[in-house]
Amino acid sequence: MSEHTHHITPYKTLGIILVVLFFFTFLTIEITSIHLGALTVTVALLIAGVKGFLVLSYFMHLKHESLLLKILVAMVFVLFALIVLITFIDYAFR
Amino acid sequence: MSQHENHAFEHRDDEAKKLGMWLFIFTELLLFGGLFLVYSIFRSQYPDSFHEGSLELSVTIGAINTIILLVSSASVAVALTAIQKNNTKLSMQMLLLTVFLAAAFLVNKYFEWGAKFHHGLYPGSELMQLLDRGHHLYFSLYFFMTGLHALHIIIGMILLLISYFKVKAGKVKMDDFMHLENAALYWHLVDLIWIFLFPLMYLIS
Repeated sequence: MSEHTHHITPYKTLGIILVVLFFFTFLTIEITSIHLGALTVTVALLIAGVKGFLVLSYFMHLKHESLLLKILVAMVFVLFALIVLITFIDYAFR
Repeated sequence: MSQHENHAFEHRDDEAKKLGMWLFIFTELLLFGGLFLVYSIFRSQYPDSFHEGSLELSVTIGAINTIILLVSSASVAVALTAIQKNNTKLSMQMLLLTVFLAAAFLVNKYFEWGAKFHHGLYPGSELMQLLDRGHHLYFSLYFFMTGLHALHIIIGMILLLISYFKVKAGKVKMDDFMHLENAALYWHLVDLIWIFLFPLMYLIS
């Protein structure tokens, strides 16, 4: 009945994603221990973004969800980015 | 036979249940998003204080808790796959493992916060009043954000335990698992927030 709406994520995929997440955790700890100045924040946030994307796509199955849901989730992050941007512009020009 | 027919015509909308859960997750993301925004603003205003503040935290404990949450996130995903493949036993084992890992996270947090409290560093303490504005803000945000996150861990544990008993009672099963799926979504959210909290609080310095 609802077969088309429920994609079953194989155990193997979950295992691979977990190993990749471990790798990125290790990478972010190593990279932030080196002094890269302002780059550190950017790199750490980029890696966190990749990890977040993997969790959303595979653990939360967004990869196999409807386009509607994908767009909704993307819009939440766009909204947050806009709020951050506007707030920082406000602080920069006072 | 009649039972089977009733089941076939039972009113159920899995898509709506899932969409409802996601809408709730959006509000959670924006709740923590607001706190991340406050953190970013004050970090840009007091970079040195935030740098010194983050040095006070143990990267080791933070890293262990990160690994714990990643494994627990994977184990709850395995629990969902197992129930979809009608492997009730594995699903229940994985749910128990997830709850156990959640408890381990809280134990770590207890020792981490305990050490801070022991040094007189807790919200409203005399030491906190003596700190300069930047340090005060860093530790206030640290306690508030990790505290709110820990509250979500506790709520997630309760949801996962309810799922466990529903699987045990046969109410969550191969062709009807939305309760487990939504509980799992909530748990992944908790993991997702920690993925950003960990580098921002512990690493960037």
